[in-house]
Amino acid sequence: MTQAIANLLKLLATEPYRLLLFLVCMLAFVGLNAAYLVWVERKGAGRFQRRPGPTEVGPAGLLQPVADAVKLMSKQLIVPAGADTTLFRVAPLLMMSPALMSLAVIPWGQGLAARNINVGLLMIFAFGSINVMAIMLGGWSSRNKYAIISAARVVSQNVAYEIPMLLVVITMIMVTGTMNLSEIVQQQAGGFWHWNLFRVWLNPLMPVTFLIFFICMLAETNRAPFDMTEAESELVAGAYTEYAGMGFGVFFMAEYANILLGCALGTALFLGGWQSPFGVLSGVIWFLLKMYFLVFSVVWIRWTFPRTQFYGLLNLSWKILIPVSLFTLVLSSAMMKLFHA
Amino acid sequence: MIVKEPISTPGAPNETFVINIGPQHPATHGVLRVKMTMDGEYIVRAEPVCGYIHRMQEKMGENRTYAQFLPNTSRIDYLSAMTYTHGFVGAVERAAKLQVPPRAEYIRVITSELNRISSHLVWWGAFLLDLGGFTPLLYAFDDREKILDLLEGITGSRLTYSYYRIGGLYNDVDDDFIKGTRAFVAQMRPRLRMYRSLVTENIIFRKRLIGIGPISKEMCRKYGATGPVIRGSGVPYDVRRVEPYSVYPEFDFIIPTFEEGDSMARYLVRMEEIAQCLRIIEQALDKLPSGPVMAEKVPRVLKLPAGDYCYAVEAARGRFAVRIVSDNKEIPYRVKLRTPSLSNLSLFEEASQGMLLPDALALMGSLDLVIPDIDR
Amino acid sequence: MESAPTAVASQVLPNPLAHLPIPFQAVDYAAKGYHLDATVNPDQVVAMAAQLDKEGLALDTITGVDWMAQGQMEVIYDYFHPAKALRVVVRTRIPRDNPEVPTIQSVFPGANWHERETHDFFGIRFLGHPNLTPFLLPEDATYHPLRKDFTS
Repeated sequence: MTQAIANLLKLLATEPYRLLLFLVCMLAFVGLNAAYLVWVERKGAGRFQRRPGPTEVGPAGLLQPVADAVKLMSKQLIVPAGADTTLFRVAPLLMMSPALMSLAVIPWGQGLAARNINVGLLMIFAFGSINVMAIMLGGWSSRNKYAIISAARVVSQNVAYEIPMLLVVITMIMVTGTMNLSEIVQQQAGGFWHWNLFRVWLNPLMPVTFLIFFICMLAETNRAPFDMTEAESELVAGAYTEYAGMGFGVFFMAEYANILLGCALGTALFLGGWQSPFGVLSGVIWFLLKMYFLVFSVVWIRWTFPRTQFYGLLNLSWKILIPVSLFTLVLSSAMMKLFHA
Repeated sequence: MIVKEPISTPGAPNETFVINIGPQHPATHGVLRVKMTMDGEYIVRAEPVCGYIHRMQEKMGENRTYAQFLPNTSRIDYLSAMTYTHGFVGAVERAAKLQVPPRAEYIRVITSELNRISSHLVWWGAFLLDLGGFTPLLYAFDDREKILDLLEGITGSRLTYSYYRIGGLYNDVDDDFIKGTRAFVAQMRPRLRMYRSLVTENIIFRKRLIGIGPISKEMCRKYGATGPVIRGSGVPYDVRRVEPYSVYPEFDFIIPTFEEGDSMARYLVRMEEIAQCLRIIEQALDKLPSGPVMAEKVPRVLKLPAGDYCYAVEAARGRFAVRIVSDNKEIPYRVKLRTPSLSNLSLFEEASQGMLLPDALALMGSLDLVIPDIDR
Repeated sequence: MESAPTAVASQVLPNPLAHLPIPFQAVDYAAKGYHLDATVNPDQVVAMAAQLDKEGLALDTITGVDWMAQGQMEVIYDYFHPAKALRVVVRTRIPRDNPEVPTIQSVFPGANWHERETHDFFGIRFLGHPNLTPFLLPEDATYHPLRKDFTS
């Protein structure tokens, strides 16, 4: 019996089965997170607004996401007359899949990446651009004026914020010398002073770089203060207006999956991944702590600041973030050439 | 940013589409429908369509005695219900030449100013909700709960008080109210400082409002806009100062006026007004005389002499005036309610041309509309 | 502290608009709530509005009163000055079976909505108004509720 189990575990450690196991675990992890980040958001919103948040369903409202999911699943999936049915149905899926796929290269712990791809960063950003298309398709195929306005805004916003994001990432690739996320995390071993955030001898403006990354991450995931697409008080629900039931639920979950991906990426790139800040006892727990700290900041920012205007958002990107990130890039390459060649 | 000419590429067809904001919409503070003809994101024409909550209050005025119409006055603008009742009873008292006892006048001022603060708090929270900041609404409602509790203690209701009577008040205030109001004033001042640092000095918020939706003095005059709209455009017109009524001449308060005429100016006018209301309440509490709260010889069957009578008050939204035309019967011949939100909204069509949609909605929020006030 | 109520002093101010060719009468503000009152013919209404506009007054409201017993309707124009205490009322009477008054919308754009509302309630037609459609009543309303002979 034990021999059979040992054989099974050895089988699972071989390649295709290990990958499958990881992918299944990750899907479960993302699904659970997407559901429970809703709970975190609502409780956080409640506490910031001096009220308790959900408390009824389950202890401390912990079963609230379950109740929400059941509600959404029990609704009829309406496709509006005149909408493009295929695109309408495909849009939520298109939004969810890049997040799931990109999470395959994130190093959760020592040796705990689903697939240790040498061009991991490139893969994440390649898949990340599909998000834009998903919302645009969702808005366009709904044949609703509010949705179309929202889709147009999303395209402008995402294009504007991809550029500084990519410039920041290119800076990091130059500084770390590799696109492999596990190796980037390995380089940050030691105490917290080894983290990329403090690697100022290669890039003196590293904290600024991190800030730009964080802002672009907020804009890419359409979170406040950059949530023009879902500007509730103007466009009802923006691109998601016509989605009912689980279609809307999947969009919602996909937004949280994207936030998770963005925060995980930020942790791996800047905050040392699974490395402990004291140099010892590293492990997956540190990764999760840092990632959830970033997620909490995202929630915090949403409930504190009002929304920018659309052109304010674009101005910020084109006139401020892109020049600053270009400058950082040039500065880092100059520093590396002059002092560390 | 205002562009009077919508940006268009030469040679492209000029396509506009019509979008409906409302009547059910999170941003329109009531059932208001705005038909916007848009060129992309720019508004070519914004036409407000009113009447979704028209209850014909003025006809009701012709079917009820003066005392029976009192509850109606609270429901015209439910957020500043006290001041509207004040307008109506003031008109009747002016016509019947009734002398309201001083204690009643002071209590009327205290309750009206508390009502004004609570109305401005609702406006503040809802305005920020429109702009995307969800949290200040809850903080404002926290403070407003205290006011509502105070007023519930003396009037019995939280929103539509019918506290004033023709000739005075329904009942006197007790010590709990006076102590509670002093405590409220004491704790509201630090809250205002917190609101200032959280919201008024926030860069995102300032970029949303500064320079947005300018309304000139001329436009205010032509459309009859009053209240914070005209005071945010540089004209210090406040009914309490220009045509003083009740015991307002006895209090020392300034009329906040800002020159710029943009949404930020109107916002600052209202925030400053809350501070001035606290000053007035403090002075009124200090000077509160003792005595009866109801005039002595108020006839049970009140018939006003023939003719027409006007009375105006400064409500939270602007000048509210009541014109009663009487033909010496116990039921008025005509009751005309001049409401501020109607005049304030009438300039929206001209002011919003060429603006971007979020800016137009910020402008509409800064006008502080309550739709039942427009529709009556 | 006890203080006896004082009688309200009557306030009839000198007419600051005496230089205008409008038949103003000074009114006791404390008794009535406005300072000046004038009754004009319907065709003089626009000229009145233009003169008051030049003086810097603002339009407060426009309303009507249905004097059914006299067979007339009265249109009341309220103006106020934004800087000093000056309330001016201009009235005009029109026959009840053909109520028509020229619009003052060209002078005061704010009159647009007030006139639409008066038309809704009384059926008074404002000649030259660009859009005299129902403002508060439903779009297909043909009745005028504030007329004294209106039964629902």
